[in-house]
Amino acid sequence: MAVPALARPGADDPSDDSGDDAAGPDLHGASPRSWKRAFGDIRQAIAQRELWGHLGWQDIKQRYRRSTIGPLWITISMAVTAAAMGGLYSQLFGQPIGTFMPYVTVGFMIWYFISACVLEGTETFIANEGLIRFLPAPLMIYVFRTVWRQVLFFAHNVVVYVIVLVIFFGQLDQPYRMVAKVPGTLDTPGILHPGLSWWALLAVPAFVLIVANGLWVTLLFGIIATRFRDIPPVINSFIQLFFTMTPIIWTPDLLRGGEPGSTRAIVEQLAKLNPFYHFIEIFRAPLVGQEQSWTHWAVVGVITVVGWALALIALRNYRSRVAYWV
Amino acid sequence: MVSIDVQGASVDFPIFDAKNRSLKKSVLGRAGGRITDAKVPVVEALRDIDLSLRSGDRVGLVGHNGAGKSTLLRLLAGIYEPTRGRARIRGRVAPVFDLAVGMDPEISGLENILIRGLFLGMTRKEMERRVDEIAEFTELGDYLSMPLRTYSTGMRVRLALGVVTSIDPEILILDEGIGAVDAAFLEKARDRLRDLVSRSGMLVFASHSDEFLVELCDTAIWMDTGEIKEQGSLREVVSHYKGRDLFETLSPETLKRIGADAPSEARP
Ligand SMILES: Nc1ncnc2c1ncn2[C@@H]1O[C@H](COP(=O)(O)OP(=O)(O)OP(=O)(O)O)[C@@H](O)[C@H]1O
Ligand SMILES: [Mg+2]
Repeated sequence: MAVPALARPGADDPSDDSGDDAAGPDLHGASPRSWKRAFGDIRQAIAQRELWGHLGWQDIKQRYRRSTIGPLWITISMAVTAAAMGGLYSQLFGQPIGTFMPYVTVGFMIWYFISACVLEGTETFIANEGLIRFLPAPLMIYVFRTVWRQVLFFAHNVVVYVIVLVIFFGQLDQPYRMVAKVPGTLDTPGILHPGLSWWALLAVPAFVLIVANGLWVTLLFGIIATRFRDIPPVINSFIQLFFTMTPIIWTPDLLRGGEPGSTRAIVEQLAKLNPFYHFIEIFRAPLVGQEQSWTHWAVVGVITVVGWALALIALRNYRSRVAYWV
Repeated sequence: MVSIDVQGASVDFPIFDAKNRSLKKSVLGRAGGRITDAKVPVVEALRDIDLSLRSGDRVGLVGHNGAGKSTLLRLLAGIYEPTRGRARIRGRVAPVFDLAVGMDPEISGLENILIRGLFLGMTRKEMERRVDEIAEFTELGDYLSMPLRTYSTGMRVRLALGVVTSIDPEILILDEGIGAVDAAFLEKARDRLRDLVSRSGMLVFASHSDEFLVELCDTAIWMDTGEIKEQGSLREVVSHYKGRDLFETLSPETLKRIGADAPSEARP
């Protein structure tokens, strides 16, 4: 063969690439940065749900590989946290344990989920570097894998909520106040919560919304952190800060009732600037029978839309770059 | 129609954490792609690649270390999308790169088979149906239920080859590494790979070993600093690359086998 081309009986001349048929399903001349490819990535990842479903399970089993009770440790550690924190802080803040314990349990449950989505989401592509560089697969596979793993963790923690609910149901199914009456005064701090009702089912759409946010956070932060490796440690320290600023082991009821312009009132307003507060609230309030405010839902809704828009833009523009950056 | 069309494709790696490069620049050897001078240095792993492959092609990639063979394979596998130019790949791709990567050492061979299969677009059911066949081909027996970390290198290669060849891929991409298997298995693998290619597919294989190239490929591409230097029949290209006749150093048995095989490409 004198011509430096591959022998290919019956095929057209290899040097003549320009006259290519555009019959293929894929993107003739489409740039890597196109919406079509971005949505194609998502679609293909959804089609491969068996894969990330399996990988997510694998991650959990992996973590408890040689332990005898395995993932049950997730449930146990959550139960211990809830009991310790609930017991301690109910005494510190003078709050009835029967209502405070469920409050702390649900708060921790959803906080774990949210913070893990942010922390592990940031590392999602970095952690899957080996797979990304060696196997062709849609990027969203790794996003789904990470979030699905958190959902499974979360499912283990739901057990603790059910136990706590059974124990304290008597105190929760009637109107209650988070803060105990100050003895000897007419002062009744905090607001009166309506108690558990069928409104508890709102926790389901709330969780769906939170998962939807976990997905965009993982996707967007994952892409940014793959490019800028300083991001994960920064996020890490911010999450610590947000934990203390978010009402999980303390209740916003404690902040209520400050005179307008007083420090307490200002702090109450500042607390609302914390996005995590709203996410926690839409999920926790229904489950512990607290008064619900639609502003939380509105804030979460706006964050969901804006977040997904940003994440989709990042997917469109940098999807094909992630393999180069990891 | 299985096809690969690459036009003017380049792959540049930005290196964000390169430090003190100027000190070492003077001792840069001839291995590796070209590195540009910029605030963020860029490794030009591939430059202006034009390539088009059709089903039935069995292509060997040769070139010195860092010439861009593995990078080209990743481009063909769809892992890297070209920084400039374009690459269009049609057909089901099954790549086998570094054999240790992409497999989880802590889980069993069987589970690794499943995960690999799912990655390559199979469903769980389809993989379960293939497990027996893979077990038979790899001859790993009871080891399949042991964690992968208990495997030898050759056993891992067997597993990886077992999976990719069982799923009827249309484009098979192999990067070195398969040298770890013993002669008997290699023969088996060769037959299976050839069978696969003749049925539906295309094979692209990077290797430094003459023996393997001769066993698996009939054409070759010579990569040099990220560019295609020559493309043509295997013997010609490899002979130019090595500066001596390819068949010179092959064992008589291999030559005999090739001699028997080469003229009649598609054996029944
Ligand atoms: N992820 C990466 N980041 C930066 N540079 C890379 C990356 N992958 C490859 N390169 C560079 O691209 C060039 C080609 O590398 P490649 O691995 O394709 O070589 P190769 O031909 O497979 O070499 P070998 O024979 O040693 O396997 C090298 O200069 C290498 O440094
Ligand atoms: Mg290589």
